[in-house]
Amino acid sequence: MTGRGGYARLALCTAVALAVLFVAALSMGRYSMNPFDVLRVIYATATGGEADEAMANIVFLVRLPRVAASLLIGAALSLSGAAYQSAFRNPLISPDLLGVSSGASMGAAMAIFFGVHLRAIPVFAFAGGILAVLLATSVPKLLRNSSNMMLVLSGIIVSGFMNSLIGVIKFVSRDQDQLSSIVFWQMGSLARVNAAQLLSVSPVLLLSLAVMFAVSWRLNILSLGEQEAQTVGVDIPKLRGVTILCASLLTACSVCISGTIGWIGLIIPHFGRLICGSDNTRLLPMAAMLGGGFMIVIDTLARCLTSMEIPLSILSGLVGAPFYAWLLYRQKAKIL
Amino acid sequence: MSIEVRNLDFSYGARRILHDVGLSIEPMETLTILGPNGAGKTTLLNIVAGLLPVSSGSILYDGKPAKELGVRHLAQLVGYVPQNIVPAFDYSVLEYVVTGCAPRIGAFGRPDQKHYDSAAQAIQSMGIGHLADKSYRQISGGEQQQVSVARVLAQSPAYILMDEPTSHLDYGNQIRVLRTIKQLAENGFGVVFTTHNPDQALLIGGKAAIIGRDGRLTSGYSRELITEPFLSELYGIQLRVSKIDEPGRRICFMPSLDI
Repeated sequence: MTGRGGYARLALCTAVALAVLFVAALSMGRYSMNPFDVLRVIYATATGGEADEAMANIVFLVRLPRVAASLLIGAALSLSGAAYQSAFRNPLISPDLLGVSSGASMGAAMAIFFGVHLRAIPVFAFAGGILAVLLATSVPKLLRNSSNMMLVLSGIIVSGFMNSLIGVIKFVSRDQDQLSSIVFWQMGSLARVNAAQLLSVSPVLLLSLAVMFAVSWRLNILSLGEQEAQTVGVDIPKLRGVTILCASLLTACSVCISGTIGWIGLIIPHFGRLICGSDNTRLLPMAAMLGGGFMIVIDTLARCLTSMEIPLSILSGLVGAPFYAWLLYRQKAKIL
Repeated sequence: MSIEVRNLDFSYGARRILHDVGLSIEPMETLTILGPNGAGKTTLLNIVAGLLPVSSGSILYDGKPAKELGVRHLAQLVGYVPQNIVPAFDYSVLEYVVTGCAPRIGAFGRPDQKHYDSAAQAIQSMGIGHLADKSYRQISGGEQQQVSVARVLAQSPAYILMDEPTSHLDYGNQIRVLRTIKQLAENGFGVVFTTHNPDQALLIGGKAAIIGRDGRLTSGYSRELITEPFLSELYGIQLRVSKIDEPGRRICFMPSLDI
């Protein structure tokens, strides 16, 4: 376990590495640029100086929204994964636990099926994701049993139901284009992300991030179990409610513009614990940075590796699954 | 200043566990709770800790009901040392103990240096300073018990409830825990603990409360309450309680395994 000074140094190094990765991602692509030119263009634009117009267009209109979206989405998914794992006392769950991803997929599939305008798809996806979480959290209330296990089972029911609905939509869809859009959406991509979309989700995203950071220490207590938490005066329903709300909003905001992206919410918190311990006051900022970095790498690979865009879930799985195996190998003594 | 339990009834569904229980817990006193398996010792402790709702009867904490106090103020008055916990994540002993400071930290706050200092001090006072940076999951059961007590010291409530604090410990550690309990009472805390060993009530002195199979509770001074007929009836075996010269105290024991 590192001391607090050690953590500050570690966090600073990670932040610097993340900044380097960010600039590198901006300079890579079909039109390759020197990273220093990218910095010069950004500096010139920021200070009102003259910049190469073609380069400025590529950097600001094409790549910046996409790399910024990668950063935010990776951070949001990782952080909500870490928060869910603490709230449910289980390091094996991902932010999809309460059906937010399958609900979002269902919303998007519905929108695609009914031929809704392309720009409105994220709205439907967001609504679908939140609807799924509302359903999953209201089942235990109806049954008057608010235990964690009941919530998990209810999440499984809702996810299963949403996936079946997606199956129905795919089955009745006669249009090949529709079908492939649905499948492509479910595999996740940032190819169509734009600045307007990013700006429309960022307030909710940043607010949820801020709330999660603020309650991060209380998440430690919640992760010790309900009895432990209550006897030191934690208002469990309120804290768990806030955590589920913010973590679900983070995931919904992410997947509604990117489609579903697997693995990140599961593996990045693990990786974070390996390098800075389980204390959520350290883990959450670390997981956010690591997740942002991982997502930037994945998305850059997705757009640069071949002449075609590769769906993100394919890459995050191909990279994430072996990475997870390696993490488990490193931690094998600590896994009970 | 005391916790007053009056006319408490509690049932799990149709099964009545506690019936018309009355009890008072005072500062500077130990209270040993005895009773056969399933009699409701832990249930009683959980109700007093505010973890289970009171179905009928009342509990007043320094004159106020739990509802009026709220979870946070209740946690400033009453601390709880659970039997054993299995954390899902790997926290260090210090990180675990500092969670005891939660009742004095705001909803969006986190512990600062003075909270870490008081947690470290609580760890020191249990004589386990060398464990502070160790992982909670990788220390022994006896050490975990000491860490849990350190956490409740960091919480510094007026009353401490301990659920079978000696159950997972070797004999030496059982005695050490009893010694700690006695010291806590001498330092002003009101300490309640449950146990399966009636001799512990005689050893520690103070008061005892015994829950019978019918869910009724009998309480009084340990030395008056712990008698042969009473214990034999309670546990359904022929126990002996007699004064032995060498320690000069009454001891509860089983003379032989013959029926």
